[in-house]
Parts: sequence; C-alpha cells; structure tokens
Amino acid sequence: MRLDLLPRARPSPWLDLLSPALAFLAAVLIGGVAVAALGVSPVQAFVTYFVAPLSELWSIQEVALKAAPLALIATGLAFCYRANLWNIGAEGQFVVGGLAGGCVAIATQGSQGFGSQGFTGWILPAMLAAGTLAGIAFAMIPALLRVKLGVSEILTSLMLVYVAQLLLDYMVRGPLRDPNGFNFPQSVSFDDAARLPALFEGESLHAGVPIALFGIGLGALVLARTLFGFEVRAVGASPRAAGFAGFSDARLTLGVFAISGGAAGLAGICEVAGRIGQLQPEISPGYGFTAIIVAFLGRLSPPGILLAALVIALTTIGGEGAQIDLKLPLDLTRAFQGLLLGLVLGADVLTRYHVRLVPGGPAAKAAS
Amino acid sequence: MRTSIVTRMAGALLCATAALTPARAADKLKVGFVYVGPVADFGYSYQHDLSRKALAAALPDKVETVFLENVPEADSERSIEKLARSGAGLIFTTSFGFMEPTLKVAKKFPKVKFEHATGYKRAENVSTYSARFYEGRYVCGKIAGKMSKSGTVGYIASFPIPEVVSGINAFMLGAQSVNPNIKIKIVWVNTWFDPGKEAEAAKALLAQGADILTQHTDSAAPLQEAEKVGKFAFGQSSDQVRFAPKAQLTAIVDDWDGYVIAETKAVLDGTWKSHDTWGGLKDGLVVLAPFTNMPDDVKALAEETKKGIAEGRIHPFQGPVLKQDGSIAVKAGEHAPDPMILGMNWYVKGIDDKPPQ
Amino acid sequence: MSFDIVQMVLVTVLTAATPLILAAIGELVAERAGVLNLGVEGMMVLGAAMGFAVATQTGSTLLGACGGVGAGLLLAALFGLLTVGLAANQVASGLALTILGLGLSGLVGAGYVGMKRDPAPHLHLPVLSDLPVVGPLLFGHDAFVYAAAFLVAGVWWFLWRSRAGLSLRAIGDDHTATHALGLKVRKVRFLAVLFGGACAGLAGAYLSLAYTPFWSPGMTAGRGWIALALVVFASWQPVRVAAGALLFGGATVLQLHAQAAGLGLPGQLLSAVPYLATILALVALSLGRRQGGSSAPAALGRVFAPSR
Repeated sequence: MRLDLLPRARPSPWLDLLSPALAFLAAVLIGGVAVAALGVSPVQAFVTYFVAPLSELWSIQEVALKAAPLALIATGLAFCYRANLWNIGAEGQFVVGGLAGGCVAIATQGSQGFGSQGFTGWILPAMLAAGTLAGIAFAMIPALLRVKLGVSEILTSLMLVYVAQLLLDYMVRGPLRDPNGFNFPQSVSFDDAARLPALFEGESLHAGVPIALFGIGLGALVLARTLFGFEVRAVGASPRAAGFAGFSDARLTLGVFAISGGAAGLAGICEVAGRIGQLQPEISPGYGFTAIIVAFLGRLSPPGILLAALVIALTTIGGEGAQIDLKLPLDLTRAFQGLLLGLVLGADVLTRYHVRLVPGGPAAKAAS
Repeated sequence: MRTSIVTRMAGALLCATAALTPARAADKLKVGFVYVGPVADFGYSYQHDLSRKALAAALPDKVETVFLENVPEADSERSIEKLARSGAGLIFTTSFGFMEPTLKVAKKFPKVKFEHATGYKRAENVSTYSARFYEGRYVCGKIAGKMSKSGTVGYIASFPIPEVVSGINAFMLGAQSVNPNIKIKIVWVNTWFDPGKEAEAAKALLAQGADILTQHTDSAAPLQEAEKVGKFAFGQSSDQVRFAPKAQLTAIVDDWDGYVIAETKAVLDGTWKSHDTWGGLKDGLVVLAPFTNMPDDVKALAEETKKGIAEGRIHPFQGPVLKQDGSIAVKAGEHAPDPMILGMNWYVKGIDDKPPQ
Repeated sequence: MSFDIVQMVLVTVLTAATPLILAAIGELVAERAGVLNLGVEGMMVLGAAMGFAVATQTGSTLLGACGGVGAGLLLAALFGLLTVGLAANQVASGLALTILGLGLSGLVGAGYVGMKRDPAPHLHLPVLSDLPVVGPLLFGHDAFVYAAAFLVAGVWWFLWRSRAGLSLRAIGDDHTATHALGLKVRKVRFLAVLFGGACAGLAGAYLSLAYTPFWSPGMTAGRGWIALALVVFASWQPVRVAAGALLFGGATVLQLHAQAAGLGLPGQLLSAVPYLATILALVALSLGRRQGGSSAPAALGRVFAPSR
C-alpha cells in the first residue's frame, strides 16, 4: 500500500472549511473513547469541556481573557508563517514585552504625574508602547541574524525564549524585587494608573481584550488590503514568483518579525498590566507556544485564528471544570489539545492534495 | 441567577446522561485545593494532596473535596475563582505565587473562606498558614553534626528566598551546636524540581568531601545518590525512605493533615476566623520521619532536640546568633523574632559561602 | 583538586551527557534527512514514563528500555505520518507532539509515582574497572552509556561511510533532485524520523531507569530542547554531538562543582549558557559557511510532496 498525494489544481473552498471541522470531530471522538475508558460519560465530558464554559457570563469573560492574547500573538505569527519564516520565539517576545512594560510601571511607581492635576494617564500608554517595542526589538535578533548572516531563525528564536525567561527571573529576584516583600521574588504591585481598567465595574473583563481585538483587526486589514500584506501572501503562495516580482526578502523578513514580535510584546504587557498587576518569575502560562498551535489551528487567517483561540481557551477552561466536576486528569486535556492540532494538520492535506491509497507493494511500484 | 438557553440545554444533557456523579448533598461543604505542581510530584503538591485525601477520609459525610493541579501562577486567578464559583466554601491555595490572586478572588467572594500557604497578606476571609520548616532543619543539623565523619555537609538549595536561607542557617546552627568546626557546602540548582540536576549537584557535593547531604528541592534523586556511595542524606517534603533505605537519616515531612482538617471543622462549626498560622513541630505541621540509620546516642539527641523545640525549651535561632561578618544578629538571651526569620537574606557565621545577590 | 575529584567529575559529566547524546543523535539523523522534529521533549518524557512502567511491570530493565524505545517510536510514527506521509507542517506537528507526549506521559505514569527501582546494573570487569581514572571512566557504566557511544560511532559510520547514509544526506539537501534520481525520499525520511523517536525514547528511559531511577511528571526538565539545540551546535556532525553534549553536560556539572567549592556565579546566567552558546554557534557556522564550510541540511524543515 502506498499513499499518494496529488496537488489540487486549486484549493477546494468547501474542503477548506470542512477539514478542520472533520479533524475536530475526530479529536472529540477519540477523546470520547479515552474519557469513557476512564469511566466518565463522554456526553457529560463534552458538555463540561465545550458547553459549560459558555453558559455563564463569568466564564465567557474568562474565555475572552484567555483567548485574547492567544489570538493576538497568533495573528502576528500568521504573517511570519505565511511568508515561510518560522518565528517560534513568541513566548520570549511576550516575556520581554511584559518585562519592559513592567519596568515602566515600576519606575513610575507613586509618581504624582504632570501638572497640578497630577496627570498620570500617560503611564499606561507608555507601558504598552514599551512592551510592544521591546517585543519588536527582541524579535529583531533572530530576524537580523537571518537577514545578515543567514542563520536559521527557527532555532535562534526558540533559544531566545529561554534567555528571556531567565532574564525575567533574574530581574524579579534581583533589581526589580519589592523591597518590602520579605525578599520574595516579585516586584511591587503596580499603581492603578499602570493597570488596564476593567470594562465593567466589578467584572474581570479588562481593556486588554479590546486592545487585542483592535490588533487582530489591524493585522487582518494589513494582510488583506496592503501591498505589504500582498507580498506576504505572495511569498507564501510561491516564493519564486515573489522573487521575480522583485520583493525584497530582507525587508519582508524584518517586517513580519517586527509584526509578530510587536504583537507578542503587546500581549505580554497587556497580561502584566491586566490580570497580574506586578512582575513575577512567571508571567506566561505558555501563551507564546500555545499561540503557534492557535495560528495553525486557525490556518493562518485572522478569523480562523480568532475561532481557534476560542476553542483552545474553551478546552483549557473546560479542562478545569473537568478536573473539578468529573475528576478527569489535566494530562487528558493536554493530550487532547495535542491530538486536535495533529489531526487538523493532518486533515489540512485534504484541502491541498487529492489523497489516493494505491494498493500493491514494491513490485507494483517498480512497474509504475 | 442568570440562566441562558445554553445552561438549560446543558442541564438537559446532564439529565439525559443520568448524571454519573453522585448527587451533591446540599449540606456538604465543598473544599477546594489549588496546586502549583502535578499531584504526582511526590513532593510539595503531593503532600498537600495527601491532606486533601485525609480530609475526605476524616469527614466523609460532611465534605466533598476537589482540586486543580499544575496551575500556573500567572494564570491562577481564574482557577481559584472557578473553584469559588463551583460552590466551594473553603479553598486552600497552596503556593506563594497564588497570594495576590487569592486576595483578589477573596474580595469578590466574601462568604468563601480562603487559606493561602506561605504568604504574608491576609484579609477578613483569607488566612495564611505555613510551617516552621527551619525547626526540622535544626534537628537535621544536629544529626548531621554528629554523623559527619569528614566534617563537611552538603546542602542542595533551590532559590535564594528567605525560607530556603533560614533553613540553611538553622541547619548550620544545629550542626555547629554539636560540632563547632563543621563546614557546609551549598549548591544552588535554581529549580524546585529537576531530578537530573539534583543528582548532579549531589554528586558534586559528595565529590567535594561532603558525607551528609540535605536538600531544599523536591525529588528523591540526592538521596539515591547518597545511597549509591554509602553516605547519608535527609528526605524532603515526604518520607522518602523507600528510595534510600540505608541512606535516609530522617525526612522533613510537610504534614498538612491536622491543619486542613481543623480549619475545615472550624468552617463547619462556624468558628472560622482569619488568622496567621506559622506552626512547627509543636503543632504537628512539621513532622520528622522516623530516625533511621544512626547510632542510639544520636537518635536520643535528635529525639531530645525535637521534644525540646516542641516544648519551647529550644529555639533554633537562640542568641547569640552572629552574621558572617561577626555582627550580632540576635543578642544572647533572646531568640530571633518571626519577621527576621521570615525575611532572612543573610548567612550565619561559619558559612563560608556568600548568599546569591 | 584531588585525583578522586577529577575522576568523579569526569564520570558525572559522562553520565550527564548520555541522555543528551542519545536524544540528539537521533534528532541528527532525522534532520540530516531533512525533517525537523521539535517534539523531542515529548518523545523523551513519554519514553521515561513508558520505560519505567514496563520495567516495573516486568521486572526487567532491558524490557523497560524497549518500552521507552517503543513509546518514542509510536510518537515518531505519528509525526512521520503527519509530516512525511501527509506533508503537514513540521514545526507545528513537532509542537503538537510535545504536548501530546507530555499529556500521555502523565496518564501512563500516574500509577507509578513514588515507586522505586534499582538503577540499571553497571558493568564491572574484575581488573579493568578497578584501574584508577580510566577504569571507572571506561569500564564502569551501565549499558545506556555504551549504547550512546555505540550510536555515535554507528551514526558516523552510517552517514559518512555507507551508501544508504549518502542517500539520506542527499535527500536532506535536496528532496526534489533526489526524488528525480529515483531515491525513495518519503520512505527514507519516515525511517529517519522513526530512528529519531527510538533514540529519544531510549534517552527518556535512561533518565527513569538509570540516571534517577523513578518516575516523576516532567522529569526530563527541558533536556529534549537542549538536545535540539545541541544538534545545531554540533553543526549536524555526530562526533561533534557527543563533544557538544559533554561540553553542555560538563558546563552544568562544573558549575555545580564550582559552587560546592565555594565559587558562586549567578545561576540564571549559567542556565542561559547552552542557549546563548547555540546562537553563537549558529552565527559562527554561517560565517564559516561563507568561507565554504559545512552547513545545515538544505531541505531542513521543508515539506516534500512528490509531484508525479
């Protein structure tokens, strides 16, 4: 038996929609079998994972809070991946963004602001800008190494993740440590002027979500409507044709890395200024890596990414419900997420190729 | 309560599947636990989970227990709130990094009681609790001082936070009390849990002449290394004697059972009040595993020290305590006040090393 | 430093390097064939869990090691099916594999927490093992260490001295041309991925059966990622992988020894060294390439779908 892939003349639009849905269905079926093997009703598990988190106003907000940074980072990454550039260091750019923005908050701690009114409204924008710029700057390292020296960006961007995490760890245990915090590794809690405000009084939804949505919308616009976006898409579709068209490889590389680094940095400072409100050794529950999954689940298009981020956020929050209500282990949720991504990637093949199983062994092959 | 169509659909589905979980009795208290690590770490989170199981066994008719494991500190606020919303009346948040999130959620849920481990901020409905592990370390120090033939002990440390530093000091003061010339070598591994790295640190210390190892990291790897070469070591978090039957002298066991059960009972009785508990050997929060692999006189000394601390006769940081530069930290006749121990970032005289940063 | 300490440091470095060598040598073969598998950590951790579980069930370390290899093979087969068979993206598939492996390892290992086994037996030759320095260094290890050495030599021979190795490297450099020449690109790549998985599984089993003989979730503690870095650091050369692993392992061990000897350095900086070293190595490599040095497999990470 042999698996043959014949490229489709043009991608089939309905398969484009159907293939992720099929993959999702397959993952749910396999997950259901696993759940049943653990002695829990699959239907009940499905409800807990995918329905319950959307049934309360509170958990809908939580899904949004979790999905926002994922979708924002993934939108940035989509630019890279479409251009066949592999920035897998978004986690590092996220951390550096949070750190840089956090430094602004700590430096302005207790500041009386400008003028007689004590204007402190500039602090938050400054933090967001610092976080975004730091993310861009950090992403420039692998980008420049690639452009100037031809170094593989896959590995440099990955290695820099650990460098960023260790830098944050060093800073909060050393220079940025709260002097009144009993020597625990954490910074002071930010002033209110350095926190993203809640959208509704007393609720958890904060301004980070609209900021992320704005970023995603902007990303979608740039990708679909600008010359730069066209270049990115063109390179992805056919690198050689893009070369003939005279697009500059270096400019494109720096551009997409700046976009993805900036998005990750912005997501980082939004997380720090939003939910966390201080710097601590760990500011990301792996958003930068999960966003890579989201980018691919969403098939590198902003609307798809938004949907994929919601699915991942849903399973994560549903996974907590499953631990509480059904006593299902967390490892099951993780295995499910890995499986889901694998299946989506596998199903992707349906949209790009005609898949044919050719019967017959090596002899038949030799004859052909 | 807001009920949407979705909730009703969910409810219908739940009924349709004949609700496999046993019906939740309305009068049962739901007690939630939030762990930073996996319950299978056989260390810190594992010990806390044992107390959850002990609670479920002690009050089977009155409580229902639930837990969330592997909760990242950066993402913990939602997890804690999730437990509060799922009807928990008492929630234990078991890692220092959960401090601010616990306080935030507690503000939203004034009727739910919270118990935060190892933190220092409290509220009307937030208690803090921690254990005076340094008391156990002082006892270990005495044993090490007696048992070391080379006069050098090795200390595998995780991160330079006060709890770890005060543990090193207490251990050293205990060792010095029986052997004034004892030397200590400290290795920081910058992790709470990495069996491979802990084993490498243990090997390094053994190679540098240490014949007793102690650790403030979670895995049993250092004990196994000591066992391999016929040296001795102390277990951490749980009784790890099964990993090293010939090497473990004793272990500092986190035993939260009594505390967790007592607090739960207080909530059931309606007598619960916000408070700070920093308990030690006396309160049963710090437990030492049986003393093994040592001669009778050392065992007797260890038992006596343990008893003395529990009865308040012996204090590990009994003055005079000198800092490394010879300046007096605790005057003779006094003992270190709690805030000093809680924020300790200096070494006592006799330790040659410098504390990181 | 006394004689004993030198001996002990060397032995520790060798054992610390073994899991890195095992995992990296497998990944090297996969990457030489043009497939970048970022799922090493996942295959390794599942190998550790499965290895310990099988060894505990059967009482045999050898079967345990086979279990670890089997687990690695299983995940690698999945990865191969996706990336080689179905031409899916390698970066994303590798990350999916890591998550899947971490999740599955927790499920497999759940029943084995807090259990202990004796470490894998060490070789002991009456006279040879007792020689000073050389004895413990050469003749006193468990079978995994020798397996690692054997694999490095074997892979070196295979890649540079055998016809099949030549084809594999050619495929990694240009799948289109080699396909046109009639080489079975997808078959070779699939086998290379399987080999990588088997090695990663073995590396995991080494951790849970020999190095620190117990199972604990996440016990690989990032060694899979270091192995990935190592392959690049070694510029895709088997012997340099071994040397690099000794260097990485040696840096950690020496750092700990330096602390034990009273010389402290900021831990975060030292922990960052392997990653910074890898970036520097990449830069040095690309500078070398401009002067005609060797380089990465040209088709690394690129999807191949035969168009017939």
